[in-house]
Amino acid sequence: MLFTSYAFVAFVAVVAVLYYVLPKKAQWPLLLLASYVFYFIAGPSFLIYITATVVSTWYAGLRIGRIGAAHAADAEAGKATRSKEDRKAVKAKAKAKAKAKQRAWLVACLLFNFGILAVVKYSNFAIFNVNSLLAAFGSPDKLSFLTIALPMGISFYTFKTMSYLIDLYRGKFPAERNVFRLALFTSFFPQLVQGPISRFDDLSKSLFEEHRFDRRVVLSGLQRILWGFFKKLVIADRILAGVTTLIKNPDQYTGAFVLVGMLFYALQLYADFTGGIDITIGISEMLGIKVAENFNAPFLSRNITDYWRRWHITMGTWFRDYIFYPMSVAQPMLRLSRWCREKLGEGFGKRVTVYMATIVTWFATGIWHGSSWNFIAWGLANGFVIILSHECEPLYKRFHARFHWKGKPAYTAFEVVRTVLLMSSIRLFDCYRDVPLTFRMFGTMFTTFNYGRLFDGTLLKIGLSGADYAVLGVGLAVLIGSRVVKDRTGDFRERLAAGPAWVRTAATFALILAILVLGAYGIGYDAKQFIYNQF
Amino acid sequence: MDELLRILTKLHPDVDFTGRADLIDAGVLDSFDIISLVAEVDSVFDVRIPAEEIVPENFNSAVALYAMIQRLADE
Repeated sequence: MLFTSYAFVAFVAVVAVLYYVLPKKAQWPLLLLASYVFYFIAGPSFLIYITATVVSTWYAGLRIGRIGAAHAADAEAGKATRSKEDRKAVKAKAKAKAKAKQRAWLVACLLFNFGILAVVKYSNFAIFNVNSLLAAFGSPDKLSFLTIALPMGISFYTFKTMSYLIDLYRGKFPAERNVFRLALFTSFFPQLVQGPISRFDDLSKSLFEEHRFDRRVVLSGLQRILWGFFKKLVIADRILAGVTTLIKNPDQYTGAFVLVGMLFYALQLYADFTGGIDITIGISEMLGIKVAENFNAPFLSRNITDYWRRWHITMGTWFRDYIFYPMSVAQPMLRLSRWCREKLGEGFGKRVTVYMATIVTWFATGIWHGSSWNFIAWGLANGFVIILSHECEPLYKRFHARFHWKGKPAYTAFEVVRTVLLMSSIRLFDCYRDVPLTFRMFGTMFTTFNYGRLFDGTLLKIGLSGADYAVLGVGLAVLIGSRVVKDRTGDFRERLAAGPAWVRTAATFALILAILVLGAYGIGYDAKQFIYNQF
Repeated sequence: MDELLRILTKLHPDVDFTGRADLIDAGVLDSFDIISLVAEVDSVFDVRIPAEEIVPENFNSAVALYAMIQRLADE
């Protein structure tokens, strides 16, 4: 059931009506039922996977919580019986013992759940690589590929539940005792498909509290949903035909057309993914539930680090908090850093562990996106550029000390364009899905001087007509205009909510009309899959 | 505290760390700086900062950072 299908719109409408009509105590159980129905429609067998994740995480969480509680009770009892000096040593020993027990449950649950993810998502990639190696050594043997369907949203919900468990282990909050509540946190249907990857302490309060009907809140949520549909149907799905033609015919479209395809894909992915997240946040808002924002104008970033603070924020912070930081500050890494500082110099010692953690984190980010080499190359390319820009920082500082351009509008515009081009170039790995082909096509941008062909009408033969370009122009203008308004006057929807009712209603109907008139439908219209659904 | 300010100033000589409470929120310290800081604190103060302590509240100001170091040293 795709977000842009009529069935999904009807599903959300029924859930929203029941949510506010039924007694408030039934609100979160209704959402759990709706989420499981939504998941059942996607694939009945998928319920087994998600239920295994919920139950294993819930049980491990309970055990971790109990060990923590028992340790706290022991420490309290010990206070009265021991001297002050003894108490500190005994406390540290008992804490270490309790932590070790908790860690055993944590590790077992992480292995179980990431094991499921590894089997369903990466088995065939591993088999493909083993077969390639066998063939390279001249062996006629081949392993058979597994026929396991990839459960929808498994990467997202696994990350969500594992963050719950790690945060619980870290003592951030007590264990959730009610397995059904944890089941709703895991399966909440608006964010099951493509995130955001919410944290338990961030989402749970508004997810489980009772909400009364508030017309303004519901209308505001509805407007956010419509904004998401606008991005998806008017921009992403319309430009799709052009992107597909340019990318699927690499021999025909080289040089200038690679640049156009790259920029078109950047726009498509942005409209598709942020549109999907707008729909998720809008549905949640309609139900009174606050879901974390996932984007903050990423195409206004001034460098790659800034970009990753603004794009897919919840995924970036997940990898930062659960891989990058723990790996960087682990004792063996700190020891390695110290050793390198003493033996190989201060600069090298400082860099070595951070760069190792960066490479591992970006490798993991790449493979999280998909089980193929192009995603690994995409992740490593990001890591490489981040390290390179870090290495170039002294150069930048010298440059800015000499030329006082930093902060000036023209230089800021240059930084923004540079970042858009850089990030779009790296994303070519995602476009062509073939590492050698990506390098070849990237190279043709600088070796095939066919930029004049951009104006000979070829771009009108790639599945996009003049009318399509006009609609895309309008869509892009609305996208940029909305951002300019937001920057100058604050949140547009908040201002709209504070204004007269007729303006709110007119704006909502204008958005509906724009989606109906400008959306990419036509004969044989088929709702297009969201790009991030596949991850 | 002076030792900590020395470490911070070595990371960013152009920043006045005594008066700022937005080091993370304003992007003054990025994740690379934080890891360098954790390594320095480990070697200078002999205090291990675990990953769960790397949150903006502990790194937004020199005062908060120092309070965390003292708390971890006491544990």
